[in-house]
Amino acid sequence: MSNTTAIQHPGAASAPGKLQFFLKQEHHPQNGTSLGFWIYLMSDCLIFAALFATYAVLGRSYAAGPSGADLFNLNLIAVSTAVLLLSSITYGFCVIEAQRKRLRPAMIWLGITGLLGLTFLGLEIYEFAHLIHLGAVPQRSAFLSAFYTLVGTHGLHVAFGVIWLVTLLFQLRKYGLTSENHRRLMCLSMFWHFLDLIWIAVFSFVYLLGTLP
Amino acid sequence: MDLKTLLLGKLGWDSIPFHEPILIATFAAVAIGGLALVWVVTRYRLWGTLWHDWFTSIDHKKIGIMYMILGLVMLLRGFSDAIMMRIQQAIAFGDSAGYLPPHHYDQIFTAHGVIMIFFVAMPLITGLMNYIVPLQIGARDVAFPFLNNFSFWMTTAGAVLVMVSLFIGEFSTTGWLAYPPLSGIEHSPSVGMDYYIWALQIAGIGTTLSGINLIVTIIKMRAPGMAMMKMPVFTWTSLCANVLIVASFPILTAVLALLTLDRYVGTNFFTNDLGGNPMMYVNLIWIWGHPEVYILILPLFGVFSEIVATYSRKRLFGYTSMVYATVVITVLSYLVWLHHFFTMGGGASVNAFFGISTMIISIPTGAKMFNWLFTMYRGRIRFDLPMMWTIAFMLTFVIGGMTGVMLAIPPADFVLHNSLFLIAHFHNVIIGGVLFGLFAAMTYWYPKAFGYKLDPFWGKVSFWFWVVGFYAAFMPLYVLGFMGVTRRLSHFEDPSYQIWFQIAALGAFLIAIGIAAFIIQIIVSYLKRDQLRDETGDPWNGRTLEWATSSPPPEYNFAFTPVIHERDAWWHMKQAGAERVTDGFLPIHMPRNTGAGIILAGLSTLCGFALIWHMWPLAIASFAAVIGGAIYHSFNYNRDYYIPAAKVAQVEADRTRQLAMHHV
Repeated sequence: MSNTTAIQHPGAASAPGKLQFFLKQEHHPQNGTSLGFWIYLMSDCLIFAALFATYAVLGRSYAAGPSGADLFNLNLIAVSTAVLLLSSITYGFCVIEAQRKRLRPAMIWLGITGLLGLTFLGLEIYEFAHLIHLGAVPQRSAFLSAFYTLVGTHGLHVAFGVIWLVTLLFQLRKYGLTSENHRRLMCLSMFWHFLDLIWIAVFSFVYLLGTLP
Repeated sequence: MDLKTLLLGKLGWDSIPFHEPILIATFAAVAIGGLALVWVVTRYRLWGTLWHDWFTSIDHKKIGIMYMILGLVMLLRGFSDAIMMRIQQAIAFGDSAGYLPPHHYDQIFTAHGVIMIFFVAMPLITGLMNYIVPLQIGARDVAFPFLNNFSFWMTTAGAVLVMVSLFIGEFSTTGWLAYPPLSGIEHSPSVGMDYYIWALQIAGIGTTLSGINLIVTIIKMRAPGMAMMKMPVFTWTSLCANVLIVASFPILTAVLALLTLDRYVGTNFFTNDLGGNPMMYVNLIWIWGHPEVYILILPLFGVFSEIVATYSRKRLFGYTSMVYATVVITVLSYLVWLHHFFTMGGGASVNAFFGISTMIISIPTGAKMFNWLFTMYRGRIRFDLPMMWTIAFMLTFVIGGMTGVMLAIPPADFVLHNSLFLIAHFHNVIIGGVLFGLFAAMTYWYPKAFGYKLDPFWGKVSFWFWVVGFYAAFMPLYVLGFMGVTRRLSHFEDPSYQIWFQIAALGAFLIAIGIAAFIIQIIVSYLKRDQLRDETGDPWNGRTLEWATSSPPPEYNFAFTPVIHERDAWWHMKQAGAERVTDGFLPIHMPRNTGAGIILAGLSTLCGFALIWHMWPLAIASFAAVIGGAIYHSFNYNRDYYIPAAKVAQVEADRTRQLAMHHV
């Protein structure tokens, strides 16, 4: 048969007829959750890519309205950036405690992370409310539409992260650090750090570049 | 705001299209058909079976079949739209206005495009991948079985919203990609556009999740020994298609979200004033839209590869080049989006880049064509139905590909842009490629899924009517394109066009007979199922692992995970005389069925409907219910069970007896 070629695999030293064709013990494929979650994060990253691209195109279309230099308060943004970065560190502490199988400290660090996330959200809501009060509403210009959408989408992600975090706190209390819960903790960890990364891009691209004249 | 507006938003009795006799008749027909179906299901006490064994099932095989059913039902709807357009364009000349008012005609061509791409082609290829890929890689299910069920129901939710728009309110009139400013609130104030947005948004979530699911399945769950370069070609093309899904559908989500903000909040992304830029939308939507057409065709390239090898009784010629060609197409498909709007005014350099990158795609595609030809060369070819579809595809697709290269030349595109030449081109590749491929695939794998082959006579009737009907319907459109006729017109003045439109309408009727023959084929095959029964599990002398199982496969697919040594794993097993293992069965770990997917998708449909009609309290409540339901589901830790070894032993013993009785 021209279709069968020499069998090239480590066990092929024996005669071809002796090849093993079925695995006679239980087969455990690798768990795909962390890969799947990574791919999800990359797809989410593409949503942000589209929003960043939109901001890049429309970010200077002020329509005779206010510009970033007129509106942004870098001191406030510095504080909220620090809060969000700090929350990544506290999440790191939570993961370290979880790996030591110490449930309570892990939950405490997770709770602190959630509080920092809420603080960040509070600062963002304050900023938006202030801008709206000044008349810089999303409907005013394409620049403001793109600004609110990009920053707001990040904020929505943080809000969902906090909801997830609270859910996970309940699940940890109820079931402890089981393998499922540990996996969920690691997924949320990736999500949380990912949002940090996006925020650094927002901070640099929107706020730092935006305050330049 | 009064209570009625608060609760029902824009919905009122005037939203029901009582003034459209066509829609009222359709509604009556659908209602009678629906009631008959409900009666049958109730009469034969099938509700329990439907719910427990199908709707809540997380078996990839059942979900695959449900996807196929969704796609075929929606094909009937999409085709009804098509034949209505063909009739209108054949008669609406000079003094005759035809039978469709322009506003209704606009909805029909929009619905036709949206349905055919999102709710026919996508469910059919997703269903195919769902069914076949785990079997081909020797897995027991996909990586995330619950997510798979949820994805299916989200796709269905989108289809339901499009169907609802037929009878409550109206559908979008903007064409299938809804370019602003036409799709903005100022020019499309009706709910039609909102139906479009929310149907695609909800279905898009399902598509993205199913893309992630299948990528992880292929990467993580292959049987031991199956290196990437030993995967069947269909699995390879599925992998590439799913990578494209994950790399492009988020862009669609984002751009639709921006359009939603423009319509609901009054932002200025794509408006003509206050700094908005409509071309931003056109760019973004094609960054999704161009990969989308490769998402559709790539899995079918895999199907043709499997079929050509099986029916030529040779291994596939140039496996490695086939894989590389697929990967190259995957990458290039992301770099050509601008050829859909050369007339934007990007300038000569921009147009040259995108024109050339488009033409380059024909090289890997051509390599595939030659690989199929060389596989057939000196093979012992059996001209069964799947092979006939494959040959029809090769002839038709080459024509479509060449008109595509013509459109890739920017100066030519400036003339042919938006004409019926373009319409003829993409139907040439989508019908000639995707649809012919799906018919080939359904004929090829039908015995695997149902245990009996499809009746060849009615299949051949369907084949010839489809193929001849396709040429009659679309070749005249190339001519009309050269005569300067643009797309989306419901009335013409120049009588010299009419004969071509009449030929095209005749073609559409031939295709209608082809579809009818396909339905008859399924019914006849069911009635003759005892004669057409496949006892071997391998009716075509196949090469890949799905043929190693019984037809239909047991719920756990493989009692023992297969070990792979060569590319065509099952062919190798047959050549090497591999023997079935008939003892020493172990309990098999399987995921448990759950109703969470259909419930969450049902709530999402409700949320979408409420958002379309501006029923804010209902929208908020149903959105909260979706989030709450997801959280509630996350507290369910009891998601799997074991099939006892005794049960496995019993199923496998039946199989052994079946094989012995038929001397296999």
